[in-house]
Order: sequence, then C-alpha cells, then structure tokens
Amino acid sequence: MSLILFAEQVLNGLQLGVMLFLMAAGLTLVFGVMGLINLAHGSLFMIGAFAAAAVAGATGSFLLALMAALAAAAAAGALVELVVIRRLYNRDHLDQVLATFALILIFSEGTRWVFGSFPLFLNIPDYLAGPVTLPGGIQYPFYRLTLILIGLAVALGLFLLISRTRLGIQIRAGENDREMIAALGINISGLYTIVFALGAALAGLAGALVGAIQSVQVGMGEPVLILAFVVIVIGGIGSIKGALIGSILVGLTDTLGGLLLPELFRQFMDSSAASSAGSALASMLIYILMAAVLIVRPTGLFGAKA
Amino acid sequence: MTLKSLAMAASMMAFGTAALGDTHDDAVRVGMITTLSGGGAGLGIDVRDGFMLAIAQSGLENIEVIIEDDQRRPDVAVRLSDEMIQSHDVDVMTGIIWSNLAMAVIPSAVAQDVIYLSPNAGPSQLAGRGCHPNYFNVAWQNDALHEAAGAYANSQGYTNSFILAPNYPAGQDALTGYKRMYEGGLAGELFTELGQTDYASEIAQIRASGADSVFFFLPGGMGIAFVKQFADSGVDIPLIGPAFSFDQGILQAVGADALGIVNTSQWNRDIDNPTNAAFVESFQGEYGRLPSLYASQGFDTANLLISALAVADPSDGDAFRAALAAADFDSTRGDFAFGPNQHPIQDIYVREVIQDGDVFTNRIIGVALEDHGDVYATECSF
Amino acid sequence: MSREQILNAAVMLALVAFPLWAWAADEPFLITLTTKAAILALAGVGLNIALGLGGLVSLGHAAFFGIGGYAMGVLASHAQLYDPILESPFLIEGTKSMPIIWLVAITASGLAALAIGALSLRTSGVYFIMITLAFGQMLYFFAISWPAYGGEDGLSIYARNDFPGLNTLDPIQFYIIVLALLAAVLLLTSRLAKSPFGLALNAARQSPVRVETVGISPYRLRLIAFTISGMITGLAGALFADLNRFVSPTMLSWQTSGEIMVFVIIGGVARLFGPVVGAMLFILLEHLLGGLSDYWHVYLGVLLLLIVLFARGGVIGSLAGRGKAHD
Repeated sequence: MSLILFAEQVLNGLQLGVMLFLMAAGLTLVFGVMGLINLAHGSLFMIGAFAAAAVAGATGSFLLALMAALAAAAAAGALVELVVIRRLYNRDHLDQVLATFALILIFSEGTRWVFGSFPLFLNIPDYLAGPVTLPGGIQYPFYRLTLILIGLAVALGLFLLISRTRLGIQIRAGENDREMIAALGINISGLYTIVFALGAALAGLAGALVGAIQSVQVGMGEPVLILAFVVIVIGGIGSIKGALIGSILVGLTDTLGGLLLPELFRQFMDSSAASSAGSALASMLIYILMAAVLIVRPTGLFGAKA
Repeated sequence: MTLKSLAMAASMMAFGTAALGDTHDDAVRVGMITTLSGGGAGLGIDVRDGFMLAIAQSGLENIEVIIEDDQRRPDVAVRLSDEMIQSHDVDVMTGIIWSNLAMAVIPSAVAQDVIYLSPNAGPSQLAGRGCHPNYFNVAWQNDALHEAAGAYANSQGYTNSFILAPNYPAGQDALTGYKRMYEGGLAGELFTELGQTDYASEIAQIRASGADSVFFFLPGGMGIAFVKQFADSGVDIPLIGPAFSFDQGILQAVGADALGIVNTSQWNRDIDNPTNAAFVESFQGEYGRLPSLYASQGFDTANLLISALAVADPSDGDAFRAALAAADFDSTRGDFAFGPNQHPIQDIYVREVIQDGDVFTNRIIGVALEDHGDVYATECSF
Repeated sequence: MSREQILNAAVMLALVAFPLWAWAADEPFLITLTTKAAILALAGVGLNIALGLGGLVSLGHAAFFGIGGYAMGVLASHAQLYDPILESPFLIEGTKSMPIIWLVAITASGLAALAIGALSLRTSGVYFIMITLAFGQMLYFFAISWPAYGGEDGLSIYARNDFPGLNTLDPIQFYIIVLALLAAVLLLTSRLAKSPFGLALNAARQSPVRVETVGISPYRLRLIAFTISGMITGLAGALFADLNRFVSPTMLSWQTSGEIMVFVIIGGVARLFGPVVGAMLFILLEHLLGGLSDYWHVYLGVLLLLIVLFARGGVIGSLAGRGKAHD
C-alpha cells in the first residue's frame, strides 16, 4: 500500500469525522444543557438534506440551498421543541426515548408523504467539483476538502460562541446549574428553544453538505445518528471538545479500519474471503473502540464524573 | 377508473374481515406482497403499478388483487403471506422485491400449494436445489445481469477490473456472477458495508490500483452516492454495473454524473416491439412518469398470469402450471421463455445512460448475452 | 382483588378465549396473529424486568431477541441439512427439538446479556441507553456481513420445529405452547418482583446509595436483572423465529429494540401485564392502520407521542390507577 493512498484515507477519515461532529455537537449540547436524549436528531439531518435538494432544484443555487437547510432544520427544531420536547425535560429518559422515537416515525413517513418514495437530486456546485492536487501529489476531491474546512470552521465558531458570547455563558451556566440561571432572571425556556434550534441547524447543515455527495432519501439520518451516539459516548456526553475529538477518532478508525483490516487478512487467506471477513470486522471496529474507551473511562474521554 | 376501483376493492379486501373465509366464487385471487413504504418503496410501487396496468388493460373482471405492504421487513412479509394463504385463500402470490424477503416467504408459500410468480427477486437457492414446480421467476435469476456485465467487459477488452459490492449475499453473488463470465484479471475486490453512503475510501483504493474498469453492484441509494462521488474524484476509467443503480426511478437523483455509464438490463423502454411501445405509452399516460425496469417486470408478470388463466383454471394445478410454463404471452422484452427451473431465458442488453430533454434515461447499445439462462438450472429437479 | 388484578385476569382470559373462538370459527390466521402478539409480549416481559424493575433503559434488547432467533435458525438449519455444527474436537449436531432450542437460545442470549451488561452497566443514564443501542448495532452489522448463516438474506426453515406429543404446524397447538411459556414466565416474573432480589433491585433503582450502605452491590443486582431480562427476550426470539420459520438480521435491528420498548410503554412500565396489553394493542393497530394507509407509521407515531405525553403509566396505568406505577 502506498503512502499516498494512506494519506488520502486519513483525509477521508477526517472528513467523515468533521461531518459527524456537526451531528454530535447538537446532540451533546442538547443533552448538556437540557438533559435530553433526542433520537429524532437524525430526522433533522434528513430535513436539512431535503430542504437543500428542494431549494437547489428550484433555484439552482447551492448557497441558497445551504441557507434553506439551516433555516428549515432550525425551524423544524424550534417547532418540535415548542410543541413536544419542552414537555419532556422533567420526564425520565425512558419517556424521552419513546417520544423522540415517535417523532422519527412521524418525520420519516411524513417526508415520504410530501416528497415521494424516490431519492431526490442534490449535487455539488460546479465551482466545488472535481479533484485538486495537494502537496505530495495527492489527488483529492475539492468538495471534500471544503467539507473538512467548513467542519473545522464550525467547530471553531462553536468554541468561540460558548467561551466568548453572552449566549455561551448562559449555556455553560445551564449545564452547571439549571435552577440557578432561572433564578437569575434568564428566560430559560427561550434559551432552551435557541439551543435546540442551534443543534438542529447544525444537523441540517450536515445533512445538506453530505446529501450533495450521497443520496437524499428517507431514513438517511438514522445511521448517522447512531454513529453520532458512539461519538458522544466516546467523547463524553455534554462536552463539545469531547464531541470533536470523538468524531475524528471515529472517522479515522472507521476509514482506516476498512482499509487496513482486509489488507491484514489478505496475508493469510484468499482475497475474496479476506475482504469479506475484513470488512465484517471493520464494521464492528468503532463499537469495539467504544467498549475499550468505556472500560478505561466509563463517562467517556471528556465527560464529567458521574 | 377501473384501476382505482380495483385498488379500492383490493384495500377493502385487505382490511375488511367481511371477506374472511368467504365462499370461493369463480374469481381468481392474487395476493401481492410488496414494498410500499419505507426505504425502497419506489420499487414496489413500480411493480404494483405495472401489474395493475396489465390487469386493467385485460378487462378481466374475475381477477381479484389483494395488495399489502411488507415495509421491506421479512417478519411482516411472513405475516402477510400467512394471512393471504390462511384467510384470503389466494391462488397466486407475487410482488416481493427483495431476495431476503423472498427467501422468507416463497419456500413455505409454494409448499402450501400456492403458485408464486416472482416479479423481481431471483435468489440462487430457489433457482437451484430449492426450485419448486409452483415457483416461476418472471424477472431474472439474480446473477444474470452481473454475468452480462462480465461478458460486456470481455467484449471491450478490459483485462484489469476493480470490482465491489456490499457485504451481503446478493453482493457476494454479484461479484461471483461477474467473475463467472469475465476473463481478465482483477485489480482489486472489495466488499463495502450494506447501506454505506460514503465511498471515498473505496475510490481512493480504485485510484491506487491502476484498474482499467470498475464493476460495481450497489443498489438504490448506495449506487447514487457511489456514482456521484466517483464522478467528483476525477478517476477516469469506465464504470459498469447492473441496471439497478440506473433505473428510471433513481437516475434523476444521480443526474449528469451518470451520463455515459454502461449498465446491463433485460429491458429498456426503447426495445422495439409493439407490446413494449404500447406499455411505455400507456404507463406514462396512466401514472405520469416513465416506466422503470420494475414496472416492466410487474407488467410482464400480470400478462403471464392472464395468458395462463385463458388456458386453465388455478384449481387444476397441473394444467395451470403447464400453461404458465408455456409463457405464451407478449413480453415487453420481446422473446421470453422459461428454462427447466422456470426462470427466464432471455436476452440481456447493454444500455448507456443518456439525457433526453430534461430527463435522464437509458438507450440500448448492444446485446451482452443472447438467450441467457442460469447456471443453477442443472441443480434443479422437480 | 385490585383493579389491576381484575384487568390482568381479563387479559389472560382473552388470551385463552379469543384463539379458541378463532379455532372454532376456522380462522387460523387470527390464531397466528394472536401467537405473534403473545411472543412479542414475552419479549416485552423480558425487557420489563430490566426497564420496570431495574430502571435500566436498554435500547439494545433486539440483540437478545435476535440471538434467540439465530439459535433456532442455526440449530434447525444444520438439522435440516444433516450437517453437524462442529465435528472436532467433539461432535455437535443441529436439532429440530424445541425444548433443546429454547435451552440453547436462553443460554446464548443470557451469556450475551452478561457480557454486554457487564460493560454497559459501568455507566448509567443516557450513556447506558446509547451503549446498549450501539452494542445492538454491532451485532446487527455482524449478522449482515457474516455470510455463513445467510447474511442479510437470513435463514429459512422449511418446517416448524418439533415438540414432543404436539403437531406444531397446527396454529392452535403452537399457540398453546407459546401461551404456556408466556404464563410460566409471567408467574416467574411476579414471584421475582416480590422476592428479596426483586425488592433489592427496586430499592437500587430508587436509591443506589442506600442499597450500597447495607452491603449490597447495585452493579451486581442490575447485572443479574439484565441477564435474566436478556434470557427471556432470547426465548421470545427463538419462538418468533419458529413462528415465522425464518430468521434474519432485521430481528437485531434497532427498530426492533424500539418496538419492544413501545409494547412495554403502551401497556405500562413495571406492570406485570403491561407488555402483554401493549403487544396486543400494537398488533391490532398494525393490522388496522396498516390497511388504512401506506403512511400508517405517521399515525402510529402521533398515537405513541400522545400516549407518552398524556397517558403516563400506559393503558394499564390509565385503567387501573397509579398503584405501584413506575415513577
């Protein structure tokens, strides 16, 4: 295996990682501030992608499509928070799991009702299409490079938002002591709606960005949701930093595992069997990673002590 | 209108218990279990629409079609099949799209004396040792389109193919099917995860392998993702695949990135025969969209059934099976016959993705395999 | 008798009377449908031990359901082909005998629950939910990509397995087996809840610190509860596979975990008959709504949402009053 291939795969792992971060950040924020587990986060990813596909189809502009994805996911998030989610903050996790599971059913079949059963079209704009040559002769798709940059920029923005702004102070305060910030006269329900909509918008953005290179279809959110769960369990629930590091760890493990394991198995079995067994094991690798992290640190790498 | 009332009758049948255990009048009961909701619903809807179009066009009033949604879940399909056989007393069943659902339903249905006409799935088990006199496949044996792709690769002089498919039985069969016909060497062989949507890693390996062609079997959304990402990667070698990633339903979602890609299929809308021309026109008229491969299979399945009903009644098992096996109907594919295991013997075409106005579609550019059957037929004995 | 006990008796009576009526009226499909409800109820009863008694929100019980199913599939498929599972170092053959299959299913799912529980119970709350979900997915992906037992296509068994003295292919006779098992497990569960173990477990759910101060390890209590819970769900999986004469990775998918949990919630958490009522209702809804619209999941979702938001304690909770409901 050449060094160039390896370097390209590291970039791929990184790209998967930052997209997972966009999903995981919302999940972990919502849990950190409101103590809520939201299974319907994957639906917001899907809503972003569908909104982007619809707007790109109507206007032809990718930028407008991204805006629409952000707006639609944030609006859907705010609406869901106002109608359903806020009734769940004082419930136990069981009720939260059930109610958000119900939301998945409604969103998925509702989307199919509106958009039909066939996948929608959403493509990379021409100015981002095609490969670029990186130092060392690596040919890499420009769009994926852009995704890495957008992901890192969003991560930086989130850190600044949380450490430097008034909203960030409220969010941090909310994570530490919910009663206290309400007592200080901060509009806590307004804050919750904003945090939830922010998380939803990030998921919607990820859906639109990823939708352009994958396929925009009903049910696209759930596999990503489960990966995002693995990420925040590894990183520590409630920690943005943990979500970032967890995302990149999962992205790299998944990508490099898929490359290296079949290669390893080829040393002692025939090619077809090696690639079958290797990819079977590779698909389990991130869960094994998660188990390993939990054995060492039950609350994840950056989680607060339980 | 006829269509609507038929579908209405069908849903009432499915829902109302009034019909439970009804006396058996002279109507023929057809149970259709197919995927109408969730991922992959587009395929089931096309099969249903094609099937119902043929029934409506036949003008026959004595065919009662009971349509149920399996949600692409084997356990649901099994429950529905029990219901159709035990409560509705169906004579004929059809509709299943996926091989795994077919394996869950068909062996026990045909063992209970129901005729099964498969409009899509053709798993090798049911073509070989598990074949059954009551089971007819009207679409293809699963390997057929992959074998055709291998034959096409030979004809183009490819000698170093990179091949990939999801790591599940149909994917493993696909690569086996391709290799059965393909005579060149392999630049690489990869199994991806089922449902995987990011192929950056695989494309990097293709780029590094120095392959001269890529054969891939990635149905549905997986194929959309792969083709888009492959086009964007700048790797410039030809792609070959079976029709499943390039059928009418999903081609619009792939868009221009699919242009020029060669794929293999037993049907296309430009096959030149009167049945096909009439089918394409009437399907478009009735449903307002172009028919897909799956719609043509549904249409052919219904016409096979209608042709057999003209000769014999399902209650006369042997005569009815013989009438089906004769395959005396006008197929949208042109020549059509059953092999000894009651799977099709037919031409497999090579198609190319083109743009026709605003619509992406396929045109036939050649024949990959003529009068092609399947290798499992020799293992089958009734 | 309390209202809940009267309700339970009524449910049990319905489980006996309805299939008998269906049998007399020659409606075999209705018996099959009731059998399915009873098996799913059994899976729910298993989950309810972890969920209701232990307060452990497991979103990975499909793993045990699927392992039970595969225990049946693997044993029966080897028996069907007269192909031993293992020849060296010692011979293991497949079997079509239900009692042996049940035993293997219970053992295998129990071991899996022990391993998954041992790791997952190091955490709690949301971590626990997500970890059980992730372990379930891990097995799901493994089952799909491991070709030996059919991968995604699953395994078909041509005839139902055997039970001494009964014809299991006859719907009513198979139903009797399932009902007997369900009744036995319900009895066992009610005993368990009242036993010292059950009381300690309940105490550990409400206040782990207090339990610890009297020298009992909550971790161990929970691990035992989780394992028993997994074993019962595994038994249900074996029966479910036998009902369908088919097993596939779908049984391991996280939607299955979600649905088993839905039965428990609809019926009532920590209620003995909660999962039974929930499963019956779910099957009924699936049957009725599924006929009404292709998009019936939307209605199911709305209904579920309303139950969670406004009918806490599920059906039994609403009908029988709060009593000892989960709080």
